[in-house]
Amino acid sequence: MADRFESIDQVRDGLKRVSYLADEGIAGVVFLADRLGKPVLIEGPAGTGKTQLAKSVAESTGSRLIRLQCYEGLDESKALYEWNYKKQLLRIQADKNSDAWSDVHDDIFSDEFLLTRPLLEAITADDPVVLLIDEVDRVEVETEALLLEILSEYQVSIPELGTIVAKQIPLVFLTSNNTRELSEALKRRCLYLHVDYPDMEREKEIVITKVPGVTDNLADQIARIVRSIRQLDLKKAPSVSETIDWARTLVLLGIEHIDAQQARDTLHILLKYQSDIAKAAKELSVDK
Amino acid sequence: MLDLLAGFVSELRNAGLPVSLTENLDAMEAVQHIPIEDREAFKYALGATLVKNNAHWRAFETVFEVYFSLRGPEYRIVEGETDVDEMWREMQEQMRQGDGRGADGGGLDGLTPEELAQLLLQALMNGDQAMMRALARQAVQRFAGMEPGRPVGGTYYLYRTLRNLDLESMLEKLMEASRVAAGELTPLEERLEHDEYNDRIEQFKKEIEAEIRRRLVADRGAEAMAKTLRKPLPEDVEFMHASRDEMVNLKKALQPLTRKLAARLARKRRHGRKGSLDFRSTVRHSLSYGGVPAEPKFKYPRPAKPELMVVADISGSVAAFARFTLMLVYAMQGQFSKVRSFVFIDGIDEVTDYFKGEEDITQAIHRVNTEADVVWVDGHSDYGHAFEVFWERYGKGIGPKTTVLLLGDARNNYHASQAWVVKEMRQRARHVYWLNPEPRSYWNTGDSIVGDYGTHTDGVYECRNLRQLEAFVDKLA
Repeated sequence: MADRFESIDQVRDGLKRVSYLADEGIAGVVFLADRLGKPVLIEGPAGTGKTQLAKSVAESTGSRLIRLQCYEGLDESKALYEWNYKKQLLRIQADKNSDAWSDVHDDIFSDEFLLTRPLLEAITADDPVVLLIDEVDRVEVETEALLLEILSEYQVSIPELGTIVAKQIPLVFLTSNNTRELSEALKRRCLYLHVDYPDMEREKEIVITKVPGVTDNLADQIARIVRSIRQLDLKKAPSVSETIDWARTLVLLGIEHIDAQQARDTLHILLKYQSDIAKAAKELSVDK
Repeated sequence: MLDLLAGFVSELRNAGLPVSLTENLDAMEAVQHIPIEDREAFKYALGATLVKNNAHWRAFETVFEVYFSLRGPEYRIVEGETDVDEMWREMQEQMRQGDGRGADGGGLDGLTPEELAQLLLQALMNGDQAMMRALARQAVQRFAGMEPGRPVGGTYYLYRTLRNLDLESMLEKLMEASRVAAGELTPLEERLEHDEYNDRIEQFKKEIEAEIRRRLVADRGAEAMAKTLRKPLPEDVEFMHASRDEMVNLKKALQPLTRKLAARLARKRRHGRKGSLDFRSTVRHSLSYGGVPAEPKFKYPRPAKPELMVVADISGSVAAFARFTLMLVYAMQGQFSKVRSFVFIDGIDEVTDYFKGEEDITQAIHRVNTEADVVWVDGHSDYGHAFEVFWERYGKGIGPKTTVLLLGDARNNYHASQAWVVKEMRQRARHVYWLNPEPRSYWNTGDSIVGDYGTHTDGVYECRNLRQLEAFVDKLA
């Protein structure tokens, strides 16, 4: 397999080109995933750019992104492959008389009648791909087992066809919101990356890259206020995407310098619970 | 290098992290791809392969610091075994040469304490990282009074250093300075500045801690040091003996836990067993088969949500445990059809209302601790009296759907047990469980009479840490 990246710095620069600011840990793990040929399991609070990381890696390496959105009740036929029933039926009926049974039998279980689903598609692709398995914690524990073969061996076994082995090893990202403990078997096969809220400096840079028209001064203020808010004991701390939304709002409103009143008026973009908003407003305007 | 990694992994296992063989092999392979001088990358390579749970990251970091602290960018990585004596000497050497590397030349040694404080103030104000690191070194060297072979813990040195630096007043001075610089500060700006400086001071404290640790490792060797620093993982911290820091961590761990539990329970409900035979529907459908009930129909499963009554002892020794259990129960209120809670010491009071309409559970718990009327005579636990009053006043509320949770260590101060109340409760309720935060070996020793009550319940569970509490709640709903 050809290595996609030369060094950790190259990963970081590549991601920066597509305006994703990776810190040391993120870049390092992506680099390792490429070198070791292992999937990456990304965990972290909602809205810290877990899914975005996979998208950005795909974009920066010029690969196609194949996405499998997980949900409860996901099964083999939606994740891996399915036989095209109708087509098989048609094939049998089309020439009832001419073919011997054995011919038909072999024939209807061939590539032609196979419907590929995201996982199989990622394996059989000729071009470089990035496979994103989103919110893997939503599937049941039993369904997780479906993923194990593909994650460790990069192959899919189809009883009627045999084993299909990957032509090239795709970069695989799994994201999880941590609503349940993933099985040991799955964790063992992956590199683990925890994406947390960025520190102030990085958040400021993110705001500057993502929001056109924001001044350095304003970005700095935004990052500081968000950090202060995150230190409070809230139901849901503001995520990076909410910070960006807030920054956009402030730019749209033409605010150059945030004062307490403006901060309070726009808090509902950062925080989504009434009790949180009340608390933050109280904290931010309190006289010491 | 291999030996070092092996030692590192075994220490991780000792600290309670589950590291499997394949993960170990992965780590070995991973570090080969990493430029070995890059300490951060090295750390993340190990972290990504060995640590698969974010709650364990702190423990990992501590062990990493201990094992590789002497191998930072300024120290080359040494192959093979590490000669402790030599390192200590090397370190002394460096200290003598002056520590201001990268900062102001190297003249920190000759400064008076006042000048040092002034420098620190400057560094904190400008957020000068290199200077802060140099100052941390200097401070440790000067104030901690470390001697090789002295058998005291790192916290002692930390305390000594911090006491001499007086960071509290430093914060005040910083605020003062920025007030002067900016003229008048709005409350918002004031608050932001405050947070900013607080952050920097925290960082400085961390530098000091790291420095002390580095020196201790050089003195005692990594294995011994790792052992003294070993801390239980958040889910293993005992409620009854948690320090303040650990409490904060516990609280943090509680939130994702409740989410996880709620999701798991909801799932279990939905995919639970099939419902019972729906006779009416079966007969209705049999019409299409000419009256033969060929297709049995089943009722949609609607498992009853349990009704919960929590009766908690909130006297000093077990207060933390009661608090956590109440928090957990209320955070997943949606999973129960009704939750009522009572707290007692020697008197008992209902506190359900405190949680009503209050979105912030912490706030409600605070009210429970301050407002509830739980003292009857002397404010020492009296389970017997509390239970008796409970039975009189609220006993009628217990029905066949109710699950009663009794929380406490059953240390009754030799009062009468009144265990008959529990027996009566069990007859009327669906289940009665007792949760005890004490280790099982302490039960029924001294004035603990958990056995007296326990015989009348459906089970007594040891709940010393979050892990055990989680397991119990999972079983409950």
